Amino acid sequence: MAKRIDVKDLNLFYGKFHAVQQVSLSVPPRNVTAFIGPSGCGKSTVLRSLNRMHEVAPGARVEGTVQLDGEDIYASTVDPVQVRRTIGMVFQRPNPFPTMSIRDNVVAGLKLAGVKNKKQLDEVAERSLRGANLWNEVKDRMDRPGGGLSGGQQQRLCIARAIAVQPDVLLMDEPCSALDPISTLAIEDLITELKKEYTIVIVTHNMQQAARVSDQTAFFNLLGVGQPGQLIEVDDTEKIFSNPTQKATEDYISGRFG
Amino acid sequence: MSTDTTDLTRLATPPTFQSVSGARKAKNLTATVLVSLAFAIAVIPLVWVLYTVLQRGFPVILNADWWQKSLSGLLSRQTGGGVYHAIYGTLVQGLVCGVISVPIGLFVAVYLVEYGGRSRLSKATTFMVDILTGVPSIVAALFVYSLWITTFGFGRSGFAVSLALVLLMVPVIVRTTEEMLKIVPDELREASYALGIPKWKTIVKIVIPTALSGILTGVMLALARVMGETAPVLVLAAYAPYINYNLFDGPMASLPLLMTSERNNPTDAGFDRIWGAAITLVLIITLFNLLATVISRWLAPKTK
Repeated sequence: MAKRIDVKDLNLFYGKFHAVQQVSLSVPPRNVTAFIGPSGCGKSTVLRSLNRMHEVAPGARVEGTVQLDGEDIYASTVDPVQVRRTIGMVFQRPNPFPTMSIRDNVVAGLKLAGVKNKKQLDEVAERSLRGANLWNEVKDRMDRPGGGLSGGQQQRLCIARAIAVQPDVLLMDEPCSALDPISTLAIEDLITELKKEYTIVIVTHNMQQAARVSDQTAFFNLLGVGQPGQLIEVDDTEKIFSNPTQKATEDYISGRFG
Repeated sequence: MSTDTTDLTRLATPPTFQSVSGARKAKNLTATVLVSLAFAIAVIPLVWVLYTVLQRGFPVILNADWWQKSLSGLLSRQTGGGVYHAIYGTLVQGLVCGVISVPIGLFVAVYLVEYGGRSRLSKATTFMVDILTGVPSIVAALFVYSLWITTFGFGRSGFAVSLALVLLMVPVIVRTTEEMLKIVPDELREASYALGIPKWKTIVKIVIPTALSGILTGVMLALARVMGETAPVLVLAAYAPYINYNLFDGPMASLPLLMTSERNNPTDAGFDRIWGAAITLVLIITLFNLLATVISRWLAPKTK
């Protein structure tokens, strides 16, 4: 199930603006990789390019390759819809579909792909909600609207929705930035749990979070305003936080700038 | 700080908070008076109109015949009869117009918001829609007359009226639908894409349902508006005091048309018919507005 990602010479643009320059890194399967760095350095942009969400923005452009188990997801023959089905995503702000019940939110991906079997959908809903540690809280109100849950519950609902389509990779764009510490802890525990089955890439502004949940950390930085963001270094989380190769990484982690 | 050293009652430091200054009180009063006055000026004619219509029309519509019969065979001075023929005409012309306008308006709005972006076609469409919104109904009616009746050679009919109403309704629907689709957050579209749902399905199953309550409200309001239009019915349909179920042929009554044609009738019966038709039209439009409110409450995304 879980697959590896190899990024080679990735350059990302918004119109004429060169947002990210020459990123190369590998994400092994069943592993959590954290992207850290100051705001505007392109972490989220890189993350969004991993499942072809970058090109949704008007004028956005991609150069270089992103391979999923050796297959280039940017090859001209590849359907971006299939890429996104294989590589799921959780966003910064919880975004359950407001017109749907909790159950329908979880199975939205399958239902809209044409799965009609009610029993199968119910099973997937329960499995995904259990996987997202939300089942016990919502099992008695599956038909209520998803928008009625608390922020932390909504975010776990969105994670359940993302894993319901059984992707190979899960991308998370600052999934805890809108949550209180207790909900954050619940999501972090969940990430550790999900690691057994999924390859996970997470963008975070919280250094402790990166240190707690990730196996590998990539530090992004930008040289100046208007300059493209760059990948400074990527290594085992332990090494990045204890003994980084680059001075910029050390400065950022120790809080001396950014 | 004042340099006056003789004032011994002065505090060493002035208090942080003072009472509201006289100038501000005066300004507040002026603004309050102006706002209340504007409100009164806006509301008085409205209440007056409603009162007149109710007072003169209400006794007329209490008769069951009013809702079930036409004016067929009645002389202009004879009381009795009803406006069923005109209610039928108004509703059918309005609904046929809606059936044509809603899909066109919806598709245009979906194009503008979801596909057009900043392309030239999209800009041109927005511009044309803006212009169409401001087209007077008489112009729309004359356009349909010159195209449908003069050029194509069809006769005057209820359907020609519907076509003119379409010209008036489409831009309104495009506008409201566009606004409603725009306020659907992009995050929902992205969430849907990230689940591997194609764009068209995202629009049909996520974006439109989220905006549906607003869209339907807009449709109902637009429908209520076009049903009261007078110029198209005057130009494009001849009045008939009897029931004509055929939308495509022959004279067909509608409430505004009945009112204008009874204006030539100086008798008490004519007076009753005009005010009765007026209150009937107001009631029908109120009903549509109420329906719009109910539908939007019912369909609006819920949180509880």
